[in-house]
Amino acid sequence: MSQPLIEVEGLKKYFNLGRGNILKAVNGIDFSINEGETLGVVGESGCGKSTAGRTILRLYEPTAGSVRFNGTDIYKLSPSKMKAMRRDMQMIFQDPYASLNPRFTVTDIIGEALDIHNMAGSRKERKKRVEELLDLVGLNPDHATRYPHEFSGGQRQRIGIARALAVNPKFIICDEPISALDVSIQAQVVNLLQDLQKRLGLTYLFIAHDLSMVKHISDRVAVMYMGRVVELAPSEELYANPLHAYTKTLLSAIPVPDPEIEANKKHILLNDEAAGPIHSKDGAPSQDLFNLDNSQLVEVSKGHWVAM
Amino acid sequence: MALHNELIPQADAAQLSPEDFRKIGANEKQSEVIQRESLSAWRDSWERLLQNKLAVTAMIVMLIIIIMSIIGPMISNFDYQTNDLMNTNKAPNSVHWFGTDDLGRDMFVRTWMGARISLTVGLAAALIDLMIGVIYGGIMGYFGGRVDEIMNKFAEILYSVPYLLVTILLLVVFEPSMGTIILALTITGWINMSWIVRGEIIQLKNREYVLASRSMGAGSGRLLFRHLLPNAMGPIIVTLTLSVPNAIFSEAFLSYLGLGVQEPIASLGSMINASMSAWNLYPWRMLFPAILISLTMLAFNIFGDGLRDALDPKLKK
Amino acid sequence: MEPILEVKDLHVSFSVRGGEVKAVRGVNFTVGRGETIAIVGESGSGKSVTAQTIMRLIPSPPSMIKQGEIIFNGQNLLAKSNKDMEAVRGKDIGMIFQDPMTSLNPTIKVGKQITEGLIKHQNLSAADAKKRGVEMLKLVGIKNAEARFNQYPHEFSGGMRQRVMIAIALSCQPALLIADEPTTALDVTIQAQIISVMKDMQQRFGTSIIMITHDLGVVAGMADRVMVMYAGEVVETGTSMEIFKNPQHPYTRGLLRSLPRIDQRKDEPLVPIIGTPPDLIKPPIGCPFAARCDHAMSVCEKIDPAATHLSDTHMSRCWLLHPMAQEVTTS
Repeated sequence: MSQPLIEVEGLKKYFNLGRGNILKAVNGIDFSINEGETLGVVGESGCGKSTAGRTILRLYEPTAGSVRFNGTDIYKLSPSKMKAMRRDMQMIFQDPYASLNPRFTVTDIIGEALDIHNMAGSRKERKKRVEELLDLVGLNPDHATRYPHEFSGGQRQRIGIARALAVNPKFIICDEPISALDVSIQAQVVNLLQDLQKRLGLTYLFIAHDLSMVKHISDRVAVMYMGRVVELAPSEELYANPLHAYTKTLLSAIPVPDPEIEANKKHILLNDEAAGPIHSKDGAPSQDLFNLDNSQLVEVSKGHWVAM
Repeated sequence: MALHNELIPQADAAQLSPEDFRKIGANEKQSEVIQRESLSAWRDSWERLLQNKLAVTAMIVMLIIIIMSIIGPMISNFDYQTNDLMNTNKAPNSVHWFGTDDLGRDMFVRTWMGARISLTVGLAAALIDLMIGVIYGGIMGYFGGRVDEIMNKFAEILYSVPYLLVTILLLVVFEPSMGTIILALTITGWINMSWIVRGEIIQLKNREYVLASRSMGAGSGRLLFRHLLPNAMGPIIVTLTLSVPNAIFSEAFLSYLGLGVQEPIASLGSMINASMSAWNLYPWRMLFPAILISLTMLAFNIFGDGLRDALDPKLKK
Repeated sequence: MEPILEVKDLHVSFSVRGGEVKAVRGVNFTVGRGETIAIVGESGSGKSVTAQTIMRLIPSPPSMIKQGEIIFNGQNLLAKSNKDMEAVRGKDIGMIFQDPMTSLNPTIKVGKQITEGLIKHQNLSAADAKKRGVEMLKLVGIKNAEARFNQYPHEFSGGMRQRVMIAIALSCQPALLIADEPTTALDVTIQAQIISVMKDMQQRFGTSIIMITHDLGVVAGMADRVMVMYAGEVVETGTSMEIFKNPQHPYTRGLLRSLPRIDQRKDEPLVPIIGTPPDLIKPPIGCPFAARCDHAMSVCEKIDPAATHLSDTHMSRCWLLHPMAQEVTTS
């Protein structure tokens, strides 16, 4: 098989919370993503999935580990090489309200990346490219001079997508791109992302807490819990045959929009007094429900990894 | 299945024709059209400000005071320093609109000259505070960590020195003049502004749009000047507006103590000081400068409050 | 069955610059004793405004109740004075909110926040109120209730805080509980727990629940009846089974279709509802959903359809249900 586009190895990101408390937000994760593939990452708030995404893009400096893009370790790049690398790796953010600068027009938001990388020769060229991008994500180019607060959530998320696409990236991290959107709009955005992937040959890391949506869009899914990957498998396989206790809990908790199924469902309930991944100075986790500190990922069947 | 429609007033079922039930399908373009008119955040704030009658009145008063302090002395036939010992302590009349002082100088001219000095000191001090405060606070907030810690400590130490003490020391070392007063006011005055800027920047720098810009490879300059400072502008402008009356009052206070501008130059504070002894006999000598200084402070404060509401509507609720 | 709450022709607007946003435009519904009704809709559909109007919690201005009645236990809540409403809130109607992080007062001990209502509404002594409060905490599944009673909100996790909110809302055993997106801010595993607590408490006290949510999965697991709102109007109501198994309004169908199902294959695209909801500063004169509806007919753009009753419980407002529409499509 060809070399994966993205290889994440032993990635750790700790935050020092002061007073000797360390938040081990990402505590050693490994995975790779092939070109054109979508890897889904699911987990609940505080499991480290968003921190992982931001660290992979080097928006945070890692505590340990490496991320290779086409074989190049991005953490070893000089600032100028890193800047060039950013053209290949982009991000779509969760909050369509907070992720667009309220004082910029749509043209300036999308055109900013073009300015940073000197990709538009003239104002006219820049305008043309912005209009192209708006058209690509299904927005009306006449609205290019408007401000973000005038758009609905779904429209804003399209602006965010157009911004990410402006530099022709190969790899995009989608950080909960639909969780702030209304149900009827979510499908629009997911379809757009899938459509763009086909047309532009994009590779996605799709972070979300909505398991049914992740299953729909991903080729493979990684389940994260307390800073670690507890299970990684092709999406059909993961849903049909979940092995880790946490994955099972998570799957049983998804409400299904069908009153008959819901009436007969048995939930596996998790003790919610378990605290998050905050470790005291001596490194002891506050509570390790699944004994993750002493387990590692094992391949139990082809492509199906589980922590044990 | 029993179907029955409730009658609706607009249309009787009988008026409908099969043509009305021709399928037209969805109209995506129309549902995506934005109905409201386009408004930038600045325009939006400006219009909100104009709706606040009190703030608009304050703004007009401010403008009148500023204009009069520029042209006031020119529209009179007198100047501020020529003594006229034949006409001392005259009550307001058709020649001397605000009366005269103990040396027969025209109070109208002196009052507006005083306002000119007070406003100049106030605006200059506020602008210098702004420049130092934004740069210092911007660096603290943006770089954070050790840089922030050390710079913040320095600001705290400076802030803890009583400003009156600093001022008096300065005025002993240098000649009392407008420049010295401005220096005295700004030596600690910028700290408040820098803390406001620092707080805003710290809050803004983790916003997703800042991260987005970083993920595209934006450098510090672009982040600071294109994203962070423009979005921190609201609180900065409000602080600026509210620091003008502060400086004016401080100047009046120092002048009142005799530490301000020296005779024959007038400032509102020194005029009030000079008129104190004659308050019972010649009240107008104190009345006009006192009214003007009160009006100036009131107008700037009300306008500043109005600006705050207009720039950040959330606070008003 | 005697309804406990009856909302009649409710219209609520907000004044904004440049006009008036008509957030709720003629909403009618009833809630029976011990029943759970879910109000489903997307942001801006008017579902939260409706709920907050029942509690009279939306500030006025900018909101204006243009017309309508809210009859609760035979009394019109909209005619009550603010003082009288205070006696209703918490005692007869309880409410829980979306964000458990901000709906508890961080400076007051949890126990005190529970007993406050008991002392005010039921004239209990401090000791009795504490006993009831601890009991309530136990009922919502908080272990070590006696110790927890004296802790501050920040010592509780998000899910635990929402349990406390439920305990507070139900402490006076109100006849009606309004839950405004009670699980939206929570993780799925915690959501499942909160729903089971709510169901459990409902059985114990016979409380009627109005559940406001955008999550159809939660609705399917909880509601007896469902009311679908769009652009300030109720477009369809029915029992859970009617709404999920036999939806009649194209918007309801669209919502259900746009959700990915666990058994769906990846290459099968989702069927989204195209477009964006209308801006209610200028609501369309016809059916508000017409511009996004695949089945729109020319009448839909001209006249807002009236209610069509398909059964005693099932109502939909759509021109497709008009006899003439069926003639045209079949011919």
